[in-house]
Amino acid sequence: MKQKENITLSVKNVSKLYGDGCAYCAETDAVLDKNVCPECRTVHACRDVSFDLHSGEILGIVGESGSGKSTLMKMLYFDQEASRGSYHISDYDTSQSNVFGLSSQAKRQIRNEILGMVYQNPVYGLEMDFSSMSNIAEKLIAAGSRNVGEMTGTGDHFLDKVNIPLNRKFDPPINFSGGMQQRVQIAKALSNYPPVLLLDEVTTGLDLSVQADVLELIKEIQREMGISMVVVSHDLAIIRMLCDRTMVMLNGEVIEAGITDQILEDPQHAYTQQLVYSIL
Amino acid sequence: MLSVENITKSFTIHHLDQTRKAIGEINLHVNKGEFLGIVGRSGSGKSTILKSIYGTYMPEEGAIMYHSKENGPVNILEINDYELIRLRKTEIGYVSQFLKVMPRTTSLELVTESLLEMGESKEHALEKAKDALRHYDIPESLWDNYPNTFSGGEKLRLNIARATVKAPRLLLLDEPTASLDNDSKLKVREAIARLKADGTTLIGIFHDLEFMDGLCDSVFDMSDKALRYVQ
Repeated sequence: MKQKENITLSVKNVSKLYGDGCAYCAETDAVLDKNVCPECRTVHACRDVSFDLHSGEILGIVGESGSGKSTLMKMLYFDQEASRGSYHISDYDTSQSNVFGLSSQAKRQIRNEILGMVYQNPVYGLEMDFSSMSNIAEKLIAAGSRNVGEMTGTGDHFLDKVNIPLNRKFDPPINFSGGMQQRVQIAKALSNYPPVLLLDEVTTGLDLSVQADVLELIKEIQREMGISMVVVSHDLAIIRMLCDRTMVMLNGEVIEAGITDQILEDPQHAYTQQLVYSIL
Repeated sequence: MLSVENITKSFTIHHLDQTRKAIGEINLHVNKGEFLGIVGRSGSGKSTILKSIYGTYMPEEGAIMYHSKENGPVNILEINDYELIRLRKTEIGYVSQFLKVMPRTTSLELVTESLLEMGESKEHALEKAKDALRHYDIPESLWDNYPNTFSGGEKLRLNIARATVKAPRLLLLDEPTASLDNDSKLKVREAIARLKADGTTLIGIFHDLEFMDGLCDSVFDMSDKALRYVQ
């Protein structure tokens, strides 16, 4: 079972409910009104989502706004608690315990040492009033680093990598443009070389040239550091370039999953077809 | 090496409530080192066969048995995603007339990249990539340029270089000579002759098969969604 050892993350039957749920919507095949239970009005933000992420793989997630992509990412990063399901991280624990059930201290350790997260909105990933360098240092200190010289070296390296002029490294991100804030966020997430990186709409709102830089950077870090990634994006062109495999979400559920060119060239589900026909 | 057994592929278009049959009960057999050519009108389903072999399309019926180097005979329609990705990275290549690349990736980086994803070392990959570019007449002055500035013929040769640098056991060519001038077509022909001499198994779709004269071991004509043996 060589492939089994290759699995970095494994998510099984993960659901997120806003509301208590009822006997009707507890059934896995219950028909909902989009993602709302017609009986008890509980919102099923994510419903029975399962997937594996292999070592060094970039997995794409596409879907419209409100399909549950970001909720899923937030559960993976412990920003939100899952209502149901299990989550295994092989770098944390090879005995495959469900990390959803761990103490908040253990979850913090996973966030600091194993996972990197880049949010759609930089406000969630950065301390906007701290300098960019302090933002990176904060992450490195949380991951156990204590040597100031080493930390500033790492900060310089990653800020330079994402094209932030080093003469502005002590400026707080609040003074930066949206694109620059996003790049500082990426530098921060990368700074402790996490084996798993979660990227939520990271190129949205960036101009084309910066977008190309970010894509190049993502490819480079995958290749050179072997980092596994989950990439959420509206942009199918980006998914095509980055991801070997892709999942399509609609109303909180995974409606289609497969190799990216299968999804893009032979989409099975009506919604995926609409999505593919909309590519410019 | 490869047996396509009775495959049928239809496309369901949900918003029109239509199902279109692309190919029906197709059978093909290619031995190791052979070159099989397919001709036929546009829209007859030639590319559907190739894309099914590559795993881009999933036919609803039949089997595609490929004799893999590492795992022996496998059915492309039944293997899991990771095994198919592995086969594509190491054994099966696909060349179309289009070149889809990351923005701002140079031609040298592009070819190097396909070796790096096979796990080659950086130095080794770079040397091999340079050899491949020379081999397919991409002048050194273009190595640091972006492929979207290339001519049609240069793009195509780059595409072939990228696919063949990995020395695939099976190479699928989807109209690689379409929209090329005679000179460029001859260069593609030379490239294919070299691959064949190296023992690569090839399946190719051509509008103008006369260019491949003497190279193909067998030729099929695709019409009315069915294959007919020509020679």
